[in-house]
Amino acid sequence: MNSEEHIIAPVESAAADEDIIIVRDLNKWFGQFHVLKSLNLNVKKGERIVICGPSGSGKSTFIRCINHLEAHQRGEIIVDGVVLNEDLKNIEAIRREVGMVFQHFNLFPHLSVLENCLLAPIWVRKTPRKEAIEIAMEYLERVKIPEQAHKYPGQLSGGQQQRVAIARSLCMKPKIMLFDEPTSALDPEMIKEVLDVMIELAGSGMTMLCVTHEMGFAKTVADRVIFMDGGECVEEGPPQSFFNNPQQPRTREFLDQILQH
Amino acid sequence: MAVHQPLPDLPPPPSERGLWGWFRQNLFSTWYNSIASLVVGYLLIIWLGPVINWALISAVWTGEGTDDCRPGAACWIFIQQRLGFFLYGFYPAELRWRPNIVFVLFLITVVPQFFPRAPGRKWLALFGITGLPVLGFVLINGGFFGLDPVATSRWGGLMLTLILAYVGIIAALPIGVVLALGRRSEMPVIRGICVTFIEFWRAVPLITILFMASVMLPLFLPQGVSFDKLLRALIGITLFQSAYMAEVVRGGLQAIPKGQYEAAQALGFGYWRSMRLIILPQALKIVIPGIANTVISLFKDTTLVLIIGLFDLLGAVRSTLSDPAWRSVAAEGYLFVALCFWIFCFGMSRYSHNLEKKLDTGHKT
Ligand SMILES: Nc1ncnc2c1ncn2[C@@H]1O[C@H](COP(=O)(O)OP(=O)(O)OP(=O)(O)O)[C@@H](O)[C@H]1O
Ligand SMILES: [Mg+2]
Repeated sequence: MNSEEHIIAPVESAAADEDIIIVRDLNKWFGQFHVLKSLNLNVKKGERIVICGPSGSGKSTFIRCINHLEAHQRGEIIVDGVVLNEDLKNIEAIRREVGMVFQHFNLFPHLSVLENCLLAPIWVRKTPRKEAIEIAMEYLERVKIPEQAHKYPGQLSGGQQQRVAIARSLCMKPKIMLFDEPTSALDPEMIKEVLDVMIELAGSGMTMLCVTHEMGFAKTVADRVIFMDGGECVEEGPPQSFFNNPQQPRTREFLDQILQH
Repeated sequence: MAVHQPLPDLPPPPSERGLWGWFRQNLFSTWYNSIASLVVGYLLIIWLGPVINWALISAVWTGEGTDDCRPGAACWIFIQQRLGFFLYGFYPAELRWRPNIVFVLFLITVVPQFFPRAPGRKWLALFGITGLPVLGFVLINGGFFGLDPVATSRWGGLMLTLILAYVGIIAALPIGVVLALGRRSEMPVIRGICVTFIEFWRAVPLITILFMASVMLPLFLPQGVSFDKLLRALIGITLFQSAYMAEVVRGGLQAIPKGQYEAAQALGFGYWRSMRLIILPQALKIVIPGIANTVISLFKDTTLVLIIGLFDLLGAVRSTLSDPAWRSVAAEGYLFVALCFWIFCFGMSRYSHNLEKKLDTGHKT
């Protein structure tokens, strides 16, 4: 896939000094299987991080730990000043501040696009319905599909659905957005429309963690690129040096493979 | 190279319309289809003809007793003469206005449910599952506000059938949903309780449960405490069917992709809210046919109360047939019962189809 054509001028970094995500010595097991091995990561407010790596390297598991869709067994995760542990109150508090976009959109098929965007603000944030509608329409406009507001997800294309999913997360006014391969279930001609929305979002100063193989996107918006393999962070650095001058042989091998096509 | 011109949109070709068009397309499209249609049509006429003649054309509709009946013709005098008993059982004739009011309220809440655009439909439904049972009990049972009490042993006929079915249905569905959620719970104690409950009730025939409720339960109750027979039957039927309902609902819950739960969690929904707003609406929609099935079978299973001495519609007709005066009209009696059941069950079936269509929100992703 030719991801190079998505490149536009690099988005200005908005990173502040404050750490909004702190991950220390994160370890996770699935049964006997050690998926995440002693990961460390500090993310500053407004920073944009791209995580890449081969299939099965634990990228999804890692970002799912950050909103506790997966529980970790050792180490510490602090999001927006709140320590993630088994306390349900903490978990729900953090999930309100952390939006997540999935590979397979996961829109609610029984609700219209607008209602998808209203549900969480109304029931979780307790926003009055009228205000919630205004916010929802604003974000649907931002992802460029206000005219689909009354359709059902099943009537939209994949790219449109993913944009609705992004709008749905944004309606909660999150401080952090997590993306788990948001474009890898899409046909090539729809990838751009989703990436454009993400680039625009990056420009607005949102803190973003993206698992993606869109290297053009990484070069455009990332402040840092992290390469994971076998549950470890093998290499990390700003996109310039990461792509042009990777230090680890494993990284070079991976980049050769995905940039070949 | 010529520039590509897009083709204009054309209207779809007209399909064959009208009754004749339908006949041609479906019954006489090929020569063998035509032969099959003619043969089936012929058989229908020679078999159905006499039945229609017996039941309608030469049937006897009015008269005093079996003496007015003719051989080879249906004798509907039987139904006409005993209708009060078939509808109300031994409920005192002068008090029948009370169940009548309840029935009218029942129609007022149920009929609009078939019309999506009926005003206040949701409020009526809410009344139907909360206010109506209470009001119905007050009116039919009496004993409040100066209404003469009528013992449940005197309730009967179609009225009893409808009470058993209605209360059974509106109680079995929520209990079934709770059991299904419990069976999928991550807490072992809750899961264990629900599994045991479901597996117990599902593995015992309803008829046994009813016998146990009427014969065994009194043995275990302390002396002097009596437990209304109708209430026992009602609890037995409800719990029995809620076990089935639980498994139907569980099927729906299992069909919901994991991504839906995760999306709900990621947006900050807690367990109960995500179930109520996101998971259950989808799961229940998927299993509407299964729910309709369970509800219809519950409706028909109410006839089993006849073995513990309650006179539901079937029981009332049967007990009349044991009267020597009416012994010759069994066929008419059973046909009447079948027709009553068919009307209600077919109504439920249509309703579930309507609901399925209304809730369809486009193809799945
Ligand atoms: N619920 C689970 N139970 C057991 N093993 C799991 C579970 N989820 C993931 N794994 C395993 O953990 C490893 C990491 O999975 P993960 O989904 O995080 O990889 P990934 O880097 O996101 O890969 P991909 O690029 O294919 O999405 C894989 O080997 C996977 O088989
Ligand atoms: Mg993944």
